[in-house]
Order: sequence, then structure tokens, then C-alpha cells
Amino acid sequence: MPELLIRNGYVFDPLNGIEGERMDIAVKDGKIVESVGRKARVLDASGMTVMPGGVDIHSHIAGSKANCARMMRPEDHSKDPEPKTRHTRSGVGHTIPSVFTTGYRYARMGYTTVFEPATPPLKARHTHEELNDIPIIDKGCFPLFGNNWFVMEYVKQGRIKELAAYVAWMLEATKGYAIKIVNPGGIEAWRWGGNLRHLDDTVPNFDVTPREIVRALCQVNKILDLPHAVHIHPNGLSEPGNYQTTLDTMECARDFRREGRTTMHVTHAQFTGRKGWSWPDVRSGAPEIADYVNAHDHVSIDPGQLIFTNVTWMTADGPAMFALYKLAKTKWFNADVEAETGAGIVSATYKKSNYVNAMQWGIALELALLVKDPWKVYLTTDHPNGGPFTSYPRVISWLVSNQARQRLLDKINKTAKRRLNLPGIDREYSLYEIATITRAATAKSLGLVSKGHLGSGADADIAIYDIEPKKIDPVKEYKAVRKAFAHAAYTIKDGRTVVKKGEVVRSVQGRTFWTKPKVSDDIMKTMIADLEAKFDDYYTVRMANYPIEERYLTASQMITTNAGV
Amino acid sequence: MDSVRNGCAISVSRFTTSDKSRLLKPLVRKGGKLRPTTFARAVDRAARILNNAKYPLLYGWSQTSCEAISKGIELAELVGGLIDNTTTSCHGPTILGVQDAGEATCTLGEIRHSADLVVYWGCNPVHSHPRHTNRYTIFSKGRFRKTRKDRKLIVVDVRKTDTAKLADRFIQVEPNGDYELLTALRTAINGEEIEQDTIAGVPVETVEEIANMMMECEFGALFFGLGLTMSAGKHRNTEAALALVRDLNYVTKFVIVPMRGWFNVTGANEVSTWQTGYPYAVDLTQGYPRFNPGDTSAIDAIARGEVDAALVVASDPVSHFPREAVKHLLKIPIIAVEPKRTPTSEAAEVVIPSAILGVEAAGTIYRIDGVALEARRVIAPPVGVRPDVEILDTMIKRVKKLGVKH
Repeated sequence: MPELLIRNGYVFDPLNGIEGERMDIAVKDGKIVESVGRKARVLDASGMTVMPGGVDIHSHIAGSKANCARMMRPEDHSKDPEPKTRHTRSGVGHTIPSVFTTGYRYARMGYTTVFEPATPPLKARHTHEELNDIPIIDKGCFPLFGNNWFVMEYVKQGRIKELAAYVAWMLEATKGYAIKIVNPGGIEAWRWGGNLRHLDDTVPNFDVTPREIVRALCQVNKILDLPHAVHIHPNGLSEPGNYQTTLDTMECARDFRREGRTTMHVTHAQFTGRKGWSWPDVRSGAPEIADYVNAHDHVSIDPGQLIFTNVTWMTADGPAMFALYKLAKTKWFNADVEAETGAGIVSATYKKSNYVNAMQWGIALELALLVKDPWKVYLTTDHPNGGPFTSYPRVISWLVSNQARQRLLDKINKTAKRRLNLPGIDREYSLYEIATITRAATAKSLGLVSKGHLGSGADADIAIYDIEPKKIDPVKEYKAVRKAFAHAAYTIKDGRTVVKKGEVVRSVQGRTFWTKPKVSDDIMKTMIADLEAKFDDYYTVRMANYPIEERYLTASQMITTNAGV
Repeated sequence: MDSVRNGCAISVSRFTTSDKSRLLKPLVRKGGKLRPTTFARAVDRAARILNNAKYPLLYGWSQTSCEAISKGIELAELVGGLIDNTTTSCHGPTILGVQDAGEATCTLGEIRHSADLVVYWGCNPVHSHPRHTNRYTIFSKGRFRKTRKDRKLIVVDVRKTDTAKLADRFIQVEPNGDYELLTALRTAINGEEIEQDTIAGVPVETVEEIANMMMECEFGALFFGLGLTMSAGKHRNTEAALALVRDLNYVTKFVIVPMRGWFNVTGANEVSTWQTGYPYAVDLTQGYPRFNPGDTSAIDAIARGEVDAALVVASDPVSHFPREAVKHLLKIPIIAVEPKRTPTSEAAEVVIPSAILGVEAAGTIYRIDGVALEARRVIAPPVGVRPDVEILDTMIKRVKKLGVKH
């Protein structure tokens, strides 16, 4: 691989404290280095903005759920075909793009790493088949633990060490990266058509509470020293008044502090940040949630920004999806997974004129703007729930420009506009803060040491945007900012140029990150004995057929940790 | 292979007949007869046929691995063809139904653990899925349902099948009366009065009784087969069944699972969907995927006489397709990639023998409920016989080397 010198760009590298300095970035063998030789290829980035490749912490891009949605929604694809080119395979968009298109569209925006946030462990093999097929970007997936029978039984018995061993075994078996919790206990209740809305409700037949599940898994996360926080989608998704459950969830595991890292990440907080008692009465819970995040260091959030467009809702939260289907009356898919979790999918359209939709849009922006520290709030649309990931540039334009927000505020539902705090918030993100919430902070939260920065030794994943920070005023020229972030001038993946002028010029294979915590043999043995005793009773596949072997991953990237048990 | 332990009748026959009527050498038609040739020559001939075709069809896929299906889609895109799988002739209407009404489903283990009411509609698992009742439904042992007594079974069919003999209630519906009966059940469940005295041969009292059984269960599961998808109404039938189950979720928990047949037909849908957006009948002639069953589905495209070459992998359309389609199929060059002699391989221009998945070749397959499993290689294939994935990969390379004509 030839050496590369990216010359004279305005570099934004928040992890190294570099804010728009004009400097050169040297690349050798797919890594950032201090300097390169005279023969290095030179890429002239004069007048352009250079950032680390984007890192998305939460985007439903692969697996059983995404594919059920693709199958259910041909009308979503037919209007957005992606023809093959000399360098790329064909495919379709729009809210649930096919796999090749997913990789290309992320790369075009300068994103190089994306995490799929909700993998049913039993169906993880499917997730990895799709992740293998997504070109260019690095990726990983978060297996679901919040309604798992073994988890709930260990929690009930108070056997935290065995639970830690089980989570370690499962991460290796599913080639998963982090612990994901969705509606703890509520999906088990959905087995009988029920749901759990509060942290101290009881899971039917298992006699544990969501609080106990969340606490135990946060403790396990600390014991296993996993790179990422526990990634949580709290109970009561989308219901009016659910902000209190979100606050309770954040507070409930505060004591499991991790040095220099967060304990939990509360995802798509817009969907669980609502005050009020009924739909017409929905109010923003963003100020309370933001206040809590501002006052505490153990938690981070992402808003799950809403976009006024057609979307596909998909989540492991089966009961929440059925509740929303009853409102949307469109198409509903449900897919429960034995002894583990569930899934729901609904097609929907967000409208500016709709009071609740307009509130959601505003709550998400309030969350992003009221959390003061950009290291605690990350850019997501909870793709494809709030909007497709291709809307990120639009969200960026709202964050950098109050004018852009005000323009849209004038068009949304009047009551929503009156009740939101958003009209009174004039904070505007700098490009440095944008670089933080889209790559530096997400990479840090995920514990990916070679991602999200441009220091020596980092992976040479680089995005170059056609923005001259000295000349452009993002507040006024937000449309130009949006355009630049939608079509990177260059995207470089592992030192290779994959995108030029917003078009894919080369396709490469990205890696799949997964975590292998090392647990002591004794505890592992005890846990395996428990597992063997029950596995055939709980599952319809044999234990020997359950784990995914490493050779199954086209480009496997294992991260090991040393567990404290 | 002499004997197989722990297999169902279908699995046992897959193994014990694996050496019967095998194709062992690549064949190419010369002077009207299929004659042995080398692998390289057979692949070259196949690549030339595909390259020269204006509207090639790549068909089959349900008896092979996801890895091979993936190669098939790549090849179809490369030569600008139409790729379709056997869904087109079995559960295609199910997918169309789902695209209209959605689907409330789950993995089979959930049904084993929880279902206290099982409905088999237009399917006969005692013969088609011999382990189904033992492993997943009435005779299985789950967490919340332990024995036969914990579950009720309703069978709806046009005749008293062997599955019907196990039922607590057997409902004999008039042939092609499924849509009517499903709609009547929905009417009853939604609390409306039915005016007729009989619905598709079923007394209205029985309809109401079945509706009540469905509403009063704690966890119901409806399985349906080709009796629903391939009788009059087709995707309207499946849509009605899917909507019935959806409506039932307003009053209790209910799921629906299509009884897919072919070995890995679910996998064929999955791979096709994640790579092209569409589960079957995908037209790649324009350089991007198009899906319009009836237009882009294999049988229709052949019957219209538009397809001018066919690559058939792990399937036998000459036996299975309607006569009109077969008539045209026999006029065009067929490339058959197949372990055994079939009417399709006999009619082919090029025959490439392949290894049997799950016996002689490994690969990913999907269960009917979307759980991906790895099929393993148990014995070596006959000498010189390759797995589908390798054959297709070689074909892709050859097509690229020759350079696509259009």
C-alpha cells in the first residue's frame, strides 16, 4: 500500500484537542503515522475539513429484523434503486437499504464504522452474514440480554459471577461486542401479550424486576471490563410520561462506576423522554434528562433524532411496536425469539402537522442542545426509527444553525411549537463539537482506541469534507454544510481512498469487532454445567450448534478483556 | 450410506439415497447428446451461454447454501439476468400477503414453550414435516406447556389428513373456501354478526366456536401450508390468515408461521432480500434490482417466451413448472448444476454435478422460522464433484474473463 500524505487541510480531531488547525496527516500501511517519505502520494486538502472517519454507535443496519423489514416493504425500495457501477454492486435504499448500498451510503458521508445495536443472540449468525456483506465500513453488533431466561434466572438467584461468565460466553458465542438491554423484562411479558412500563414491575413467571436486570448487567459489564457501556433502551418506549422511567433507569445503576468510562448509554432518548399523561398531553422531558446527564458522569445518551419523512420502526421491543401499530395502522411485523427477546417492525410517516411527531422532533433536538458536554450525547436517528441514517447531514445543519431550526419550527404543529423549549434555545454546535458527537465521542464510548482520532497509530479512516471553516459561516450557510457532510470529498478507509467527490471509487472489506472477556476456568465450568443442564429445554437448537465460529466472520477483529472473576 | 440415526424420514432419505442416480461427470451437449467433458470446459460453455443471453434466468437455490445463493446473485447481476427461487411456486403468495398485512410470528421454540392452541391450516406436517408436532407443537415439552393435554389442536383442511386425525377439532372446509372461512373468523373475532348459515361448508356455530377458542387461548399459533397459498385466492388467502392473526393480538397473543417446504428456501429469501431488497423474482437486467411478481417471476417470464437461457441450481423446473413454461424451457439452453439426474438435467445443454448440501458440503441454511444454522459436511462428495459455491465462483470468474457482451 503506497504511503499517503493529506496536505494542508483544516483538521478537527477532538480526541487530540486539534480544532481546525491547518496540518498534514501522514498515512502508512493503513495507519496514521508521524511522517511519510518523499514518494508518498499527496492528497491536497487545502480549503477542506479533515476529520476522523465517522463512527455510528446505533444504527439498525443488519440482521433478522432489518431483513424482515426489507421483505415487508418493497414500496420502500422501488423508489430508490442504486444501480451497479464499475466499483459497486447494485441495491436499493431507502429507509432499510440492502447491504451493499448501506456500506456505500455510509462511506459517502465519510462514515467508516457502524454498530448494529440489537441482535437476537439465536439469530446472530444471520446478523453476521449481513455484516460480512456490508462493504467498506467496520462494524459490530450488540446482542440482547434484557429478557434472556438464563440472565433472569441468575439475577433471581443472585449469582452474579455465573451471570458474568454467561455474558462472556454469549459474547464469544454470538461474536457480539457489548451488552444491549431492550425493555428489560417487558418482552418476556409480551409472551402473554403484556408489557412492563416501570422499573419495579415484576416479570411474569420469573419474579425479577427491570431494576434488578439492569443493575445486574451493569455490574457484569464492570466485572468483565467491557469496552462499551451497557447500551440501554428503557421500559415504556414511546409512552407519554416515560421520561421518569428513563431517569429511574439512569439512576438505578449509578453505583457501578467505571474509571474513565460510562456505566450505561441510554439510547434514542427521544423515544423515552416524554412527559404528560396522554398523547394530546405529551410534553418534553428533555430538560430533566439533560439536567441529569449534565450532573452525572456515568451516563451518556443519543437522541434518536426524528426526521419528517417516511420511516420504518424496528426494535426488539415487541410490545411497544404493537402499541404503535395500533396507532399507525399500517403494516406490523412481530418476531419473538425463544428464551431471549422479541422484535417488532412497523412502517410509518412522521408529519410536521402531527402534534406528537413535532414534539418528538423537538425533544430530540432539545436533548442534543441541552446536554452541555458533547462527549455525552451522540448523533443518531436510531436508523431507521427516527429517520434513515442518510439524514445525518440534515441533523448536523440543525445543530450548527439556529436559523435552520427556526425555519422548520415555523412549519411544525403550532401547539408543539408553543410547548417546546426549543424556540428559546440558541446554542449552535461548532464543527469541533460536530466532530465530537459523530466520531470522537462515539469511538471513545465504544472503547475503540484506534478509531475516532487522527493521532499516530490510529486506523487511517479519514473523512475530508469540502468545507473551508475560515470562509464558511455554518449558521447562515447551513445548506452548504449539509451538502458537504452528505457527500464527502474523500473518504479514506484503512489508508485507501474509497470515496471521491461523494462517489464510491473502490470497495474494500471492513472488519467485524467482537469482545472476548477472559473469565476464570472455575466460574466458567460452573456456568457451562448450568447451561448444559437447561439448554435443550430452553432452545430448539443444540448447544453445540449455537456458537458462531470465528471463521464465520470474513474479517474478524477480536478485543479481549480480563474479567474480575 | 446404510443407516442414519435420529433423522426424520425426510432426513434419512436425504442421506441414504445420496448415492442414487448421481451425476458424476460434467456433461456438455454435442450432436444432440450429453457427453462427458472436463469441469473447465463445462464452465466455459456455461459462461458463454450466459454471456450471450439477453434475458437469462438463474433459478432454483432452495436446496443449496446461502453462500452459493450469494454467488448466484452476483452472477445474475454480472450477466444482467433474472434471479428467482422456488418461492415463486410455493410460498410466493405468503410473501405477497406479508407485504400487504405484515406478519406476527416467532421462532419455533416460543411455540413449544407457550402455545396452548395450535392450528394447522392447509398443511399436513405428519407427512411434510414429520418432527413438527413432536419438537414444536402438541407433543413437545416446553417451559409453560408440558404435554399433549396442555394444548388444543385445530386442523382445517379439505380432507381428513393424518394430521387431522390428531386434532381436537377438525374443520373440513370446501375446496377453495379458505378465504371465505378466514374472513368469517375475522368477522367473529372483531365482534360482528355473520349472516350466513354456513361458510365454505362450515356451520356458522362452528365458526363462532373456533373463533372463541382462538380468543380464549393464552398463546395461539397458526401454521399454514400450500393448501392456503396455492388454492383459489392465493395471496389473498395468506393475507386473510395474516390479518386474522394480527387481529387476534388485540385480544390475546397469537402467532403465525408458514410451513415452508424446501430445505433452504427461507435462506434463499433471506439472502436475496439483504442483497437486493427483494425476496424472490428479482430482475437485474437494468443494472439494479426490480421486483414485480407476475412480470419478473420465473414461470411468467418463461411462459411469455422471453427467457433465452437458464441456469438451474439445485432444482428441477422441468418437472415442477406448468406445461406452458416447460414447453419454452425445453427450447432454450439450460445449464443444470445438480447432484442427481433429473428431467431438467436430461434436457440441459450443460450439466455440472454438485455436492449435496448437509451431506457432502457445508454451508449456512435457514430454518422456516428464520434461525440460521450451519449444515455440515458428513462425508466426502464423489471424486471430482464440487460444492455449488465453488462451481458458481468459477463460473463468475469465467464470465468476467470472457467479458460480458452487453
